[in-house]
Amino acid sequence: MRTLYFGRWLRAAPVPPPPPLRVPAARAVSAAQVPPRPAWQQGERRSPPQVGQPRRSGAREEDGRAPGGGTATSARSGLPLTVEVLDHLERLALVDFRDSEGVERLQKAIQFADQLHEVNTDGVEPMDSVLEDRCLYLREDDVTEGNCTKELLKNAREKVEEYFVAPPGNISLPKLEERETFLQGS
Amino acid sequence: MLRASLREVSAALKEGRVTPTELCQRCLSLIKSTKFLNAYITVAEETALKQAEESEKRYRRGQPLGVLDGIPIAVKDNFNTAGIETTCASNMLKGYVSPYNATVVQKLLDQGAVLLGKTNLDEFAMGSGSTDGIFGPVRNPWSYSRQYKEKSVPKSHSEDKDATWVITGGSSGGSAAAVSSFTCFAALGSDTGGSTRNPAAHCGVVGLKPTYGLISRHGLIPLVNSMDVPGILTRCVDDAAVVLGSLAGHDPKDSTTIQDNFKPFELPNLTDVSKFLIGIPKEYHAPGLSSEILALWSKAADLFKNAGAKVIEVSLPHTRYSIVCYHVLCTAEVASNMARFDGLEYGHRSDMNKSTESMYAATRREGFNDVVRGRILSGNYFLLKQNYENYFIKAQKVRRLIANDFVKVFRSGVDVLLTPTTLSDAVPYMEFIKEDNRTRSTQDDILTQAANMAGLPAINVPTALSERGLPVGLQFIGRSFQEKQLLTVAKWFEKQVKFPMIQLEEVKRHNHGVFQHQKSAFFS
Repeated sequence: MRTLYFGRWLRAAPVPPPPPLRVPAARAVSAAQVPPRPAWQQGERRSPPQVGQPRRSGAREEDGRAPGGGTATSARSGLPLTVEVLDHLERLALVDFRDSEGVERLQKAIQFADQLHEVNTDGVEPMDSVLEDRCLYLREDDVTEGNCTKELLKNAREKVEEYFVAPPGNISLPKLEERETFLQGS
Repeated sequence: MLRASLREVSAALKEGRVTPTELCQRCLSLIKSTKFLNAYITVAEETALKQAEESEKRYRRGQPLGVLDGIPIAVKDNFNTAGIETTCASNMLKGYVSPYNATVVQKLLDQGAVLLGKTNLDEFAMGSGSTDGIFGPVRNPWSYSRQYKEKSVPKSHSEDKDATWVITGGSSGGSAAAVSSFTCFAALGSDTGGSTRNPAAHCGVVGLKPTYGLISRHGLIPLVNSMDVPGILTRCVDDAAVVLGSLAGHDPKDSTTIQDNFKPFELPNLTDVSKFLIGIPKEYHAPGLSSEILALWSKAADLFKNAGAKVIEVSLPHTRYSIVCYHVLCTAEVASNMARFDGLEYGHRSDMNKSTESMYAATRREGFNDVVRGRILSGNYFLLKQNYENYFIKAQKVRRLIANDFVKVFRSGVDVLLTPTTLSDAVPYMEFIKEDNRTRSTQDDILTQAANMAGLPAINVPTALSERGLPVGLQFIGRSFQEKQLLTVAKWFEKQVKFPMIQLEEVKRHNHGVFQHQKSAFFS
């Protein structure tokens, strides 16, 4: 059984050492240990720290910060939603927005995702998988199963002999003006 | 008999006090009389009875396959089952009959379990209420319990009674409702952001999310490949350990399962918890947490303390970002995973024939609901070249921070984290649908999502009834691959809280051997 070291190409720089751990000393038994008040507020938006400015105090005091302090993230917001971008998305996804609600939904989703930019991730490597420290399993390159053409064809609606039948390809979706899409009206 | 736990019923089967076919028939008729719950999409009556007969033959020969032989189980409808329709509660896969069994389903069948049917869910497991599938919402069995009816303010007319039913939570709501209403002894769900633990908390059953990589995902229609796991729903923690024992282990068909040898275990009957260090993450007092659950959480912490365990407050500072991070990573992976649905090889196919692309577009337009389409479009937006670094890569970095938070806490000696599972008890359906799917998901998944981010095992243990007579559960999060320790603590806790059994009229009737399909008395 060959094994492939999964993480070899994915991990470039090592993660900076975490700041010293502050383990609370074992406390004396007291009545309520659970925090009596919410530790954070929903919808509380903080702007990312600017260079040279002290970090605001709050729930996030330590972790996640690379030694040396944080820098402001660049280009915080994503691509603005022009009709071109929306059309591009419809083509890429091959699903349509259907109505203005669909576009609003996307706008709200982007707004929501913008909260990510409050977090300082300098020096942090992206994480693809929680199992990144393990070797991926690779089996021998031998044919062990197959010959199930009949079963696989059973589920297709249009087929001829042992082929799946598709309409002609190499024809792109009609242009926006000619298509039946909500975006035409916008 | 139907109210017994899996292990009890297994012992009864072995001793011959009940036969597999009798058990199967009782469950099937209970499913029929609890049809109003809408927990099942497909009931595989014929195959179930056949499996029960095979099991009976084995018991008669004295050669049962194991603890699970003859036990009726249900499977969420996003697991592939050969010969039984698999729809994911979506028009895209309506009528799709898979040619193969998911590995976990195959493992259960190999152990002799009787597959009763496929349970209802949110479309493609996207949602936190089990309300957005094409087969309609799932009703929480507790809506019809004596406990809820006594406590809920009686509205004037009997027609209104129908309007007060509460949701199961999601997205494995059908599975949770099936276990909670005694129609099966264990059910499979899937857990990507809390989809097993959330309905488990609302339906008063045990919901286990194993460590990512422990149980095979082969055959589970994927939502987020890096966070999905099959979830286990049972009536008690011991049962969850039994099912876990038969499902866990390396699968050559799923490269993301770890290759370590897995040894099924029996849970010890813990009496001394003094060696455990329980962590209370302060960020899990999220905004919107009901005062009832806060009090319950506090009581649980005291319970551990008074029993001699060490209980300390810990911090997981990036908890508040787990939902945002999930939102980006989930939509991105969904955009990729849903690309396979084009109508050519399986599933719904549109009649549009002008070109391949227009056929794909029309098929997907007809097959997916708003929620799915919305996520696909958002995902594609975040994956655009100009946005890739700022959103997708950024979310992956935040994911590492969240996972590191947990690593730090566990490295400092904490064995198990104790947190609430949900912000409140189950809300009435009419309330729930006032907000859209995405808003609800962001609110409801806040306490369960981080465990998926970090791939850690977590379990919901039903704790007590709320003031409205509905179940509330608490969550334990454990170290990676340390399910035995996690379940041991959970079992101890379960024993201490003695969660009450649901009092359902239907089941009482069935247990007294009355099989006439009488009209339900609830709506009179």
